[in-house]
Amino acid sequence: MSNEMTATTRYSQAGDEFLFVELNEEMTLEAFFRSISITQRLREIALPGVVEICPANASYQVRYNPDVLTAQALQEKLEALEQEVASQQVRTLETRIIEVPVLYNDPWTHETLMRFRDHHQDPNATDLEYAARINGYDSVDAFIKAHSDTPWFVSMVGFVAGLPFMYQMVPRERQIQVPKYLRPRTDTPKQTVGIGGCFSVIYSVRGAGGYQMFGVTPMPIYDPADEQPHIDASMIYFRPGDIVKYRAVERDEYDTLLAGAEKGQFSPTVTPFTFDLDAFNQDPDGYARRVKEALYEH
Amino acid sequence: MSIEVIKPGLASSIQDKGRQGYYHLGIPPSGGMDQRSLITANLLLGNPEGAAVIECALMGPELRFTETRKVAACGAEMLPRVDGDPQPLNEVFEVPAGATLSFDFVRAGARLYLAVEGGIDVPERLDSRSTYALGSLGGLHGRTLQAGDSLALLPVHGKAINGRSLPDNLVPVFSRRYELRVMPGLYAHRLEPDSAKRFYQEDWSVASEADRIGYRMKGGSKLDFIQREPPFGAGDDPSNIVDACYPIGSIQVPSGSEPIILHRDAVSGGGYAMIGTVISADMDTVGQIQPHQKVRFVQVTLEQALAARARYQQVLEQLRNIP
Repeated sequence: MSNEMTATTRYSQAGDEFLFVELNEEMTLEAFFRSISITQRLREIALPGVVEICPANASYQVRYNPDVLTAQALQEKLEALEQEVASQQVRTLETRIIEVPVLYNDPWTHETLMRFRDHHQDPNATDLEYAARINGYDSVDAFIKAHSDTPWFVSMVGFVAGLPFMYQMVPRERQIQVPKYLRPRTDTPKQTVGIGGCFSVIYSVRGAGGYQMFGVTPMPIYDPADEQPHIDASMIYFRPGDIVKYRAVERDEYDTLLAGAEKGQFSPTVTPFTFDLDAFNQDPDGYARRVKEALYEH
Repeated sequence: MSIEVIKPGLASSIQDKGRQGYYHLGIPPSGGMDQRSLITANLLLGNPEGAAVIECALMGPELRFTETRKVAACGAEMLPRVDGDPQPLNEVFEVPAGATLSFDFVRAGARLYLAVEGGIDVPERLDSRSTYALGSLGGLHGRTLQAGDSLALLPVHGKAINGRSLPDNLVPVFSRRYELRVMPGLYAHRLEPDSAKRFYQEDWSVASEADRIGYRMKGGSKLDFIQREPPFGAGDDPSNIVDACYPIGSIQVPSGSEPIILHRDAVSGGGYAMIGTVISADMDTVGQIQPHQKVRFVQVTLEQALAARARYQQVLEQLRNIP
């Protein structure tokens, strides 16, 4: 926690309509927790002139109308909210746990990654083989287990519509980290599950991308056509603060789930949950087990 | 009651004032890149100023009208023609039923806004008719126009008057060189001081990759970032940051070269350091710059940005009061 003690919040005017707030230069669960707590409070107080409130991994951003609210008044309010959040005795977050089924090592990301081997650090290995090796796992299966066994925090939603960035809820020394591709791909299958840096993502739309690709999920996460009952009118499934638990599935189950999704019949396993930051910090492994119990005993 | 698309043009899309309140979910504002020209076209016709129009980039479409409609074309100088006969820009004219509206090559500016009396009728998605093509959302089927498309129109309101035109002093002036005012900040402190200074001293030119998501700039020197131990989670390149939100108008510099100005279809966040933000009053201008044209970035303070914003709003007020 020492890095948190020395981290100072940095406010930066981004033009005349945005205030950008960096809580920590490096990614930490503490910084994310502050980002989500401050932005939630800001949403609750409905300050006139605030137009967009965007939490991110270790920072956040507010778009405001400077004709209604001055930059200085906004910053003072945000500083006050940060104080308020810092003085909280109980550091909890009302959220939900969502299971995301993944077909790892699937044929579609495999075909795609083979087309872009000349963009990759290790052209002679697959993304999974490369990620397993540089993270010290002796097999792809052991790596998949590490990726799918622990919970992940949705620490940001964005880049493109509905894409979740997820931060692994394990002590830092065990966090999976992989570099992004040397040069971005021009193609990534829809609903690809991958990692870049320390963040796991699910690509919500087909398109360019630079993260290492590990598998695909049959779960729709972006719904511009209004076809998915599990996604509300915002068209986006994930929210910052959600907790995700991946589950490795075989091809048969993937096909069944996908066929259901295509008929608008995907029903995610999800349960409400109160996340407690201090309880997590005291015993990350025990907490990961509790998350799993909450998800599957519900 | 419709407009048939014969040729779509280079990148024509339905846009209005855009959508607000979804950026935290990765859905950008979208909307006309040159809001002033979009509003002008609507106001000339007596439409609500945010009615949906067709934004036409660099090469206009060819459109067949199935009914008589009054229209106004504002923004980039692409001469409109009705069945081959030239028509004025910045002035209401009528397209008769069965006639074809086309446009000459662009002479200046980059985007023309074609408004029709009443407005284009596509479904509102998240409170807006604007197209966000990257997310297949809004507009007509979530994409740019294609040959064979048919655009429904809202009913005429009868307030449009043939020949109503924009006063000369409100006609935008386009150039081949632009100055864009920028407030330095965000991760500018990560640049070597010489690079931070040079960015504002050199000529940049717009690359061919200039679209609604962002404008890539070329021709200036590579910017050097201060060497450091990468913060956890940021990535190894000196231009990387822990993935954060990108303000609209922010300028990011992947690997120190070819800065990108994000515009109204922006990617909402990512891991490249941004070194400043184009002020709101100059965002319309960005949308009117053609590839290969020259840009200088000029540093301004928040006070200067707000003064420019006030002047921009005065112009909008004048537009609203055109006789």
